[in-house]
Amino acid sequence: MTFSSSHRLANGVPDLAYKQGLRRNLIARLLTVIAGLFAAIAVLPLIAVLVYVLIKGGQKISLTLLTELPPPPGLEGGGIANAIIGSIVVTLIAAVIAIPVGVGGGIFLAEYSRGGKFAQFIRFGTNVLSGVPSIIAGVFIYGTIVTSRILFGNAYSAAAGGMALSILMLPTVIKTTDEGLKLVSDDLRRGALGVGASKFVTVVRITLPTAFTPIATGVVLSIARAAGETAPLIFTALFSPFWSEGIDGVFNPIATLSVLIYNFAIMPYEAQNELAWAASFVLVLFILGLNLFARWLGQFASK
Amino acid sequence: MSESKELYLLRRRPPSEKVVDVSFKYLAVTLASMVAVVLFAILIVVFWGSLESMGRYGLKFLVTSNWNPVDDEYGAFTAIYGTIVTSMLSLLIAVPLGVGTAVFITENIIPLRIRNVIGVMVELLAAIPSVVLGLWAIFVMEPFIRPFLEFLYATFEWLPIFSSPPIGPGTAPAILILVVMILPIITSISRDSLNQVPDKLRQAAYGVGTTRWGAVLNVLLPAAISGIVGGVMLALGRAMGETMAVTMIIGNSNNFSPSLLAPGNTIAAMLANQFGEADGSQVSSLMYAAFILMILSLAVNVFAQWLVKRLSLKY
Repeated sequence: MTFSSSHRLANGVPDLAYKQGLRRNLIARLLTVIAGLFAAIAVLPLIAVLVYVLIKGGQKISLTLLTELPPPPGLEGGGIANAIIGSIVVTLIAAVIAIPVGVGGGIFLAEYSRGGKFAQFIRFGTNVLSGVPSIIAGVFIYGTIVTSRILFGNAYSAAAGGMALSILMLPTVIKTTDEGLKLVSDDLRRGALGVGASKFVTVVRITLPTAFTPIATGVVLSIARAAGETAPLIFTALFSPFWSEGIDGVFNPIATLSVLIYNFAIMPYEAQNELAWAASFVLVLFILGLNLFARWLGQFASK
Repeated sequence: MSESKELYLLRRRPPSEKVVDVSFKYLAVTLASMVAVVLFAILIVVFWGSLESMGRYGLKFLVTSNWNPVDDEYGAFTAIYGTIVTSMLSLLIAVPLGVGTAVFITENIIPLRIRNVIGVMVELLAAIPSVVLGLWAIFVMEPFIRPFLEFLYATFEWLPIFSSPPIGPGTAPAILILVVMILPIITSISRDSLNQVPDKLRQAAYGVGTTRWGAVLNVLLPAAISGIVGGVMLALGRAMGETMAVTMIIGNSNNFSPSLLAPGNTIAAMLANQFGEADGSQVSSLMYAAFILMILSLAVNVFAQWLVKRLSLKY
C-alpha cells in the first residue's frame, strides 16, 4: 500500500491518525447513521402501538368493563368480562392438550431417540408444523371437529378452539423441552442409572426437574402466543355474547378477547370500537406480563 | 440392625417397574408421533376438502380471478397474487430495516445497555397479538399514512401500481403492517447469528485495517448469512400466512386490481373472512385456496431449512 504525501509526516513516519474526511470513513459514518435510523424505525411501531393501546384502552378500564357482558351492536356501556373468562378457558384447554403431548414428544427426542431416522423426521415435522399458518389450524379443526359435530353433537365450541390453539403451541413446547433436556449434563443421567434408577425414574426425577426452567420458559411463551391468537378461533370457538356456564360452556361457542377485538374493530359503531381498544389493553397487558415472567424465569435460571 | 442390612441388599427390580419403564418409552414415542399425525391429518383434511373444487376447476383456479359466491364461480388469482405481492414487498422493506437494526445492536456503536433495551423492545413487538396490530392499523396507522398514499396517487397515477385513489383499507397499508409483524423475526434471528460469529474474525478484519462497515459488510454479514437467510425465509412464511392484521386492513376485495392503493385480498384473509359463513362448493373452493397456501408455506419452510444447512459455515 502506498501513502500519498499528505498521509506522511515530515520525518517519513506514516500518519496513523484517524482522518475524518477520508472517503471510507465518510461512508462508514453515513452507514452508522442509517443503521441507527433503521433501529429507530424498528422500535417506533412498538412504542406507537403500546402508547395507543395504553391510552385509548386504559381510559375505558372500569369495574363495569371487567364484570359485565358486551352490549348489543350500536349500544353504549357493557363490558368484556365473558371474553376475559373465555380467553382463559380456551387457552387453558390448549395448554392441557399441548403441554403433555409436547413435553412427552420432547422427552422422546432428547432422551430416547439417539438421533435416528424417526427422530430426525419428527424434528423436521416439528419445524414444518411451526411454519403452518395459524388460519390453517382453524380450517383443519373446522373440517374435522366442527363439521363432524364429534364433541357431543356440538359444532362450534370452546373445546374446538382450544384444540386449534394446541396445534400452534405443540411445536414450541416440543422444541423447548428437547433443547432444555439436551442442556442437562450426561453425568447426571449416568449417575442416576449407576445407582440403579430405571430410565423412567431418571427422566422423571432427575433430568426433567433439572431442565424445568428452560422448559417452563418455553411453555409460558407458547401460552402467551396462544392467548393472542385469533385466526384459529374465528370459526372454531366462534363468539358468544353470553356467559359460558360450567362444563356445558366448554362445548358451546365462547367469547374470547382476541375474537372480540376483531369483531368489534370492524363494526361501524364507536362504542364497539372503544370496547375493542379496552380488550386490547387487557390482552396486551396479559401477554406482555407473561413474556416478562418468562424472561424473569430465564434469568432466574442463568444465575 | 436388620433394617440397615436390608438397605445394602441388591434388589431385583419388580416386574411392575419394568412395565412402567417400557410403557413410558412407548408413551413418549406415541406423543412424539402426534406431530407427524397432526401434520399429515392437516394435509389430508385440507386436500380432501378441496377435491370437489379441484375436480371442477383444476389449475384454472390459480389464474382466474372471479370469485362469485352468487353464481358459484370461483377463481383464486386475486388472493394468490395478493399473498405473493404483500409478502414479497413487505420482505423488501423489512429485510434492510431488520438487518440494519441487528447490525446496529450487535456493533458497539452505542452503550450495551441501550442496545439491549432496543433488542428487548423489538422482541416484545413480536409478542403483540396480530389482532391488536390490526386494530391499530385501522384506527391509527392508515389515517396517518393516507396523505402520503394520496400524494403517491396524485404524482404517479400513470404507474399501474398507484393507479387508483386510496380509499382507506388497501394493499399498501397491509404491506406496512406486515413489515411491522415480520421485522422482529428478521431482527432477532439476524442478531443471534451476528452474535455467533467468532470474535477473531472481527479482530482479524480490524487488524488488517478495515473500517467498521468494511468488517460488517465483507466479513461479519457473509459469515452470518445462513442464519440471516433462514430468518428471512421464516419471515416470508409468516408473512404469507399472516391473517388477522391483514384481513382487518386489506379491504377483502374479490376484484383484481394491480394498484397497491386499492383494496385487495390474500388467501389467509379470504379464509378468515368467508369461511365462517360459506357453504357448499364455496367451502371446497376455500379449502382449495387453503391447500395452496399450505403448499406455499410448506415449500418456503422446507427450502429455508435446506438453505440454512447448505449455507451454514463451520468454524
